[in-house]
Amino acid sequence: MSANLAANTEPALISASNLTCIREERLLFDQLTVEVNAGDIVQVEGPNGSGKTSLLRILAGLSQPYEGDIFYKDQLITQSREEFHQNLLYLGHLPGVKGEMTAQENLNFNLTLHGLHINASEIEKTLAEVNLTGFEDSLASHLSAGQHRRISLARLYKSTADIWILDEPFTAIDKQGVQSLEQLFKAHIKQGGCIILTTHQDLLTFSPAQVKKITLDYMGE
Amino acid sequence: MSVANLSYRAVFSLVLKRDLTIAMRHKDDIINPLLFFVIVVTLFPLGIGPESQILSRIAPGIIWVAALLSTLLSLDRLFKSDHSDGSLEQMLLSPQPVFILVLAKIVAHWLITGLPLILIAPLLAVLLHLNEQSYSALILTLLLGTPVLSLLGAIGVALTVGIKKGGVLLSLLVLPLYIPVLIFATSAIDTAALGLPYSGQLAIIAALFFGSLTLAPFAVAAALKVSTN
Repeated sequence: MSANLAANTEPALISASNLTCIREERLLFDQLTVEVNAGDIVQVEGPNGSGKTSLLRILAGLSQPYEGDIFYKDQLITQSREEFHQNLLYLGHLPGVKGEMTAQENLNFNLTLHGLHINASEIEKTLAEVNLTGFEDSLASHLSAGQHRRISLARLYKSTADIWILDEPFTAIDKQGVQSLEQLFKAHIKQGGCIILTTHQDLLTFSPAQVKKITLDYMGE
Repeated sequence: MSVANLSYRAVFSLVLKRDLTIAMRHKDDIINPLLFFVIVVTLFPLGIGPESQILSRIAPGIIWVAALLSTLLSLDRLFKSDHSDGSLEQMLLSPQPVFILVLAKIVAHWLITGLPLILIAPLLAVLLHLNEQSYSALILTLLLGTPVLSLLGAIGVALTVGIKKGGVLLSLLVLPLYIPVLIFATSAIDTAALGLPYSGQLAIIAALFFGSLTLAPFAVAAALKVSTN
């Protein structure tokens, strides 16, 4: 089972060879090869428990695969950690938002940690992009799950990273929010970025030919 | 907007400020371990009786054991909430060196739990009739010793943060590591009570402090990578 996506002379932004992942003695995927180039949007598909999140975590370097290597521009990510992370934005299941801090402080901390300096008025503008106007100074613990997700998604609007790895970015987001996110994805791809995401929804504004798919349905013996 | 490499100092103060802000808005984290410390120490005179001779003999041990237990109680907050809300993942995925982030979190933990302990300890020492000559030894050992507790404890928390009920395991892992600090600290206070120089014991605690200060952040960073795997 492999998803060989494109052959290009430029080194692939992120690629992996012979990935094998075993969780709780269950084989999730075996000998998986992934190659994602600039301008690709890749949707990882599969039923619940098929290893979508595991694959994304492995590609981001958070988990170690049982076997196989991950490369960033043809360099092992373990050897080029800082450059890789500088160019990576990973949003997982958990929003990474602290309840004790305000929406504004949360966004500001996360951006600064990733090396982006933004003044207060731009932070406000960014929060407005994700429909959080008026909630800038509310403690995140007073906000809903969807609003937490919006705070973490706000980072996408300011990100300078080329590689976006998004685990179920549309969870708890309303229809309008999904649409504006898809517009953002389009712009990002146009600028030469790439996106790897999992979602149970179809990407509506993308034509099926545009979206490359990795299907995980390995039912290990 | 600009992308810039943050200096180590900028990263350190960013994380330190964040953790202190969170602690100030969530005051239980500061007050509970401190109250625990006070209550444990006050239980001893009630249980043993008010004879000043016995109390002053066991005072160093009581204060230090209570300090160990109260640190242990507060260790969980170091990484647990960050782990459960996903901010730990984001920190590990930031382009900043993990040991700096970890060091900042440990320093914040010490400022929140270790420092208040040191400030209140002389008061409790009065309660336990600690020998007057021993006060400076008590403060000095706490000043050098409590950071060691935070540093070594952080390794244990980092290893157990992914486990659902890691509390007991954490104490089994960490308490044995605290034994050297306990031995040399109480011995320093006892020696001071006899009016003898205690710089030898202090030097050993200082060595433990610098050893763990330089090595623990790397161990914690490695342990966190294992825990989030």
